[in-house]
Amino acid sequence: MTLSISELEEFARKCRVEIVKMVYRAQAGHPGGSLSEIDLISALYATRMRVRPDEPKWEDRDRFILSKGHASPGMYAVLAEMGFIDHEDLHSYRVLGGKCQGHVDMKWCPGVDFSAGSLGMGLSFGLGCAVAARLDNSERRTFVMIGDGEIQEGSVWEAAMAAAHHEVGNLKVILDRNRIQNDDFCEAQMRMFDIPAKWRAFGWEVKEIDGHNMEEVMSGLDFLEATNDKPAILIAHTIKGAGVSFMENNPSFHGAAPNDDQFAQAMAELGEVIV
Amino acid sequence: MSDMAATRDGYGQALLEIADNPKVVVLEADLGKSTKSLHFKNKYPARTVSCGIGEQNMLLTAAGLASSGYIPFASTFAIFTERAFEQMRNGVARPDLAVHLCGSHGGTHTGTDGSSAQSIEDLAIYRTLPNVVVMHPSDYVSTLELTKQLPELNKPSYMRTARNKTPVMYSGRESEIVIGKGITLRQGTDVAIIACGVLVSESMKAAEMLAEKGINATVVDMHTLKPLDGALIDSLVSQCGALVTAEDHNVIGGLGGAVAEHLVTNKYAPLEMVGVADRFGESGQSDEMLEVMGLNSKYIEQAAQRAIARKS
Repeated sequence: MTLSISELEEFARKCRVEIVKMVYRAQAGHPGGSLSEIDLISALYATRMRVRPDEPKWEDRDRFILSKGHASPGMYAVLAEMGFIDHEDLHSYRVLGGKCQGHVDMKWCPGVDFSAGSLGMGLSFGLGCAVAARLDNSERRTFVMIGDGEIQEGSVWEAAMAAAHHEVGNLKVILDRNRIQNDDFCEAQMRMFDIPAKWRAFGWEVKEIDGHNMEEVMSGLDFLEATNDKPAILIAHTIKGAGVSFMENNPSFHGAAPNDDQFAQAMAELGEVIV
Repeated sequence: MSDMAATRDGYGQALLEIADNPKVVVLEADLGKSTKSLHFKNKYPARTVSCGIGEQNMLLTAAGLASSGYIPFASTFAIFTERAFEQMRNGVARPDLAVHLCGSHGGTHTGTDGSSAQSIEDLAIYRTLPNVVVMHPSDYVSTLELTKQLPELNKPSYMRTARNKTPVMYSGRESEIVIGKGITLRQGTDVAIIACGVLVSESMKAAEMLAEKGINATVVDMHTLKPLDGALIDSLVSQCGALVTAEDHNVIGGLGGAVAEHLVTNKYAPLEMVGVADRFGESGQSDEMLEVMGLNSKYIEQAAQRAIARKS
């Protein structure tokens, strides 16, 4: 799909509206990390992912693994925009029997290739998908999105070491560096010091971008696609809650829903007219 | 005296025998020489993924491979599989991906490495996971046969193998070995001994000791703990009226626990459990460990006498 920068920004704006609506309707969920990741996932799906929304299990599809699976509203919004699910399905978020389980789940939702929930698991799973693609002599790629708080999990570094050892060049990671985790700012919970240096030391190709500047996002995705001799990671500097003023940089909206007044304000800020 | 062989060697041989299936892949965590997946690795290096000493990554790399159509066999020591329990739970069992995990060196029979290496809880913890098939075969041949059935299982599984050699019991009886079906090794009507793993041969010895006293015991090899062969247990209750379980594992949640759960909700008979009495082991030779933990044929025989005495 070829979309202009302004069309991508509009794609992401519509997804932001759906994210806030999902969390508002459910009165639960994780808006902050969904809003920080959404420009990245929107651009990835709209312009890079080789997938068939009408054939979600197509064998040679690119895989997208949302390891920070609590930020599921972002992924559901994109899947709806892409046509994997209906916009009506977004009403099933956190609802009994719904496709849109609290955390993305491959058993429940078309287009989801990983059952997430516990942090530190998606990169290893993606490594397995990437090794499988290599064994199949397939051109398919595996993209994994991880959070910054998530890399405090030791298992992430087991996977990082293994991916470099096996020179899995078809594995491409996006790190959503939104600087906030559940309880507080990352700096308060567990300082991570020089994150790019850590990944370089583990043998990865690294690029840093502004994860809300769509031109930078596109160049970052170019970098991921062009790096094929070793695993690559795009460290995207983002703002938790981006696009809704009172959620931005606010640890309280890692996992909390807006009230009626806050919802109305969010819709107004996102340019959505509620009739 | 029957031949002796280790169940872990049966696992290693099985991997070679199923290697013709191009979807079979092997994952190791720096213990392939011990779990015996090394033979596969040596012959099929391109289909073997070394995960270093990283069990959590190994389990989920296996899950990713399974989600892409491969049939992964991952192995390490039983105790180290437990470090990846949540990966097994959330990344394998929950999405029902057919990853086959083998934990070798299980139980106190493992010996001189001491209690840190003697998993006495692996069977219990994996038994609590929905979708997961749990096995603990008793000899080389049954381990070989059960492992060879796994590519067709389409469910995640956990199999415990043992480090040390045990008597080979099933040569020429391969067709009797089926996942989920207990095997009756000896028929008697006074008491039924249901055993798994290294205590199956000890149970056979106990049955001979009982026979010398005029007591006829049935011995069943319950190599699959989940799904449990409940129909067979029901028939043992009817035939014998008293049961003993025998396992090199904590009685809490293992074979004893599984049989007890079945009995109290079905046809009932008195049950005595031979197993690790909720305590940790220590360094010792295999035979010494079975003695000090109260697991060998002598203790199984005594338990059988107690069970018979409780018949109403």
